[in-house]
Amino acid sequence: MNACWKSAKAILFHLAIYAVALATLAPFIWMVLTSCKDLGEILLYPPKWLPSKLKFDNYVNAFAAAPFGRFYLNSIFVAVTVTFGQLLTCSMAAFAFARLQFRGREALFLLFLGTMMIPGQVTMIPSFMMLYWLGWIDTYYALIVPGLASAFGTFLLRQFFLTIPRELEDAAYIDGCSHAGVLWRVVLPLSKPALATLAVFTFMGVFNDFLWALIVTNSEEMRTVQLGLAVFRDRYTTEWDKLMAASVTATIPILLIFFFAQKYFIQGITLSGLKE
Amino acid sequence: MPFQVTKKSRPLIYQQGRSAILFLSPTLLVFSAFILFPVLFSFYLSFHKWNMFSQERAFVGLENYTRVLQSAEFWSVLKNTAVYTLGTVPLNMAFALLVAYFLHKKVFGKKFLRTAFFTPVIISAVAAAVIWRWIYEPNFGLLNYFLSWFGLPSVNWLNDPTAAMSALIIMGVWKTFGVNMVLFAAGLEAIPQHYYEAAEIDGAGKWSKFWNITLPLLSPTTFFIVVMSIIGSFQVFDIVYVLTSGGPLGTTKVLVFYLYEQAFKFFEMGYASAVAYLLFALIFILTLLQIRFLQRRVHYT
Repeated sequence: MNACWKSAKAILFHLAIYAVALATLAPFIWMVLTSCKDLGEILLYPPKWLPSKLKFDNYVNAFAAAPFGRFYLNSIFVAVTVTFGQLLTCSMAAFAFARLQFRGREALFLLFLGTMMIPGQVTMIPSFMMLYWLGWIDTYYALIVPGLASAFGTFLLRQFFLTIPRELEDAAYIDGCSHAGVLWRVVLPLSKPALATLAVFTFMGVFNDFLWALIVTNSEEMRTVQLGLAVFRDRYTTEWDKLMAASVTATIPILLIFFFAQKYFIQGITLSGLKE
Repeated sequence: MPFQVTKKSRPLIYQQGRSAILFLSPTLLVFSAFILFPVLFSFYLSFHKWNMFSQERAFVGLENYTRVLQSAEFWSVLKNTAVYTLGTVPLNMAFALLVAYFLHKKVFGKKFLRTAFFTPVIISAVAAAVIWRWIYEPNFGLLNYFLSWFGLPSVNWLNDPTAAMSALIIMGVWKTFGVNMVLFAAGLEAIPQHYYEAAEIDGAGKWSKFWNITLPLLSPTTFFIVVMSIIGSFQVFDIVYVLTSGGPLGTTKVLVFYLYEQAFKFFEMGYASAVAYLLFALIFILTLLQIRFLQRRVHYT
């Protein structure tokens, strides 16, 4: 009787948690299924979950209706460039903070951490002006350059570099390695998990960014995927078919990256949240 | 013997300083241009009247600040932001804790479940808002269809001034609770098992273990999540822009949306900078208050 009650409870518990998980995923599943229906089926009431026939016309039409391919390339190009740039600048800065002796190191590092507390909105307007003065508005520079450094990334890598045994570096110094050589040949190869964490965070952040891209671009050629979706919303209010297909396309790279780097990503969140 | 700088080691130290400058220079360059200078310049701007395009910037002293504080729209925007925060943060945390607590037990397909709860976090706010606009669609949307099962009337979620904020809150909770779930999960992992074993020997039940061990030992995590969630919800923008654009009748116009409008629609750069600094001050004060009042109740192991 007791064992019976126990397994019944376990089954109920699983049913409950899977129901909640399904409810959480439902909007997403709906998006994917809808992207394969034709407009008539989308507008059916009561709503029908499964498409009567799988169709991929919406994807073709979405890319034909707006320069969505261009938006897509813009997003990928900007996200990849910023990611590589940040891996480079953050690891260099992190190495200086973790391993090199210089005057004012602690103060500078504190200043760095302090900037993480400043809301982005405070820096938004003057950053925009800087780019305006430089003539960089509506160019790739505006989307890329401000993202090329990050206090969070520097902090994350510095914490990781501190855990690498110094003896390994000392051996390289004795063999005549320069600081850059040690960073490149010893520290970076040992830091793959931390670098992966930072890469995943950066790529997702840039690819999903909306407000900054909205402010610094205005021509159609410079739009990113996220802006493209917002424009679709305005221009094609009733064309849900294209909108859903475009949204699925905008989500795929993020899902792929998350799928392969899930461990790092979740590790990164917990690390950034809880390590003192 | 204390470490002494000998003639021999001196060149090495110089070299370290030079390398450090070299290694830090790209980061420092970007930082000075896009963080340090902007922080100071927007402070300067907040005392000036400027439309960005004209050559002259008129010094107006505290006028921008007094104008913001006397503007009825600012207060209603602030109220909307507070309502959004009060609506999302507790719901978000309750949901995140519940899910994390259940996933902490023996569950079949834990990895799948965790991914499922985390998906809303990783997809972009814009794509998510596209889906939710459809869910909230008054005529064939999923939510009204769902309500009709229970005989409830249809609601025009995004165009009804009394319903739009609730719609925003529901989507906000759905979009962000996954992050807090992961943080709670990490907090739960960190609680040493022997506390529970000791409590079981004393005959503690499930609830008493949850209230007397789990919750108190989780309080540093909870504290961190409260602070971060409040800061995050005070800065909400993307989902508002795409879901409601601040409407209907300004009922979902939040602080950052207002700031965006003032700066990049009306080009009131000085006024917008004052709003930005008030937002900064507000977040700062809220965080300090939370540290003061909440930390007293936080138990560290």
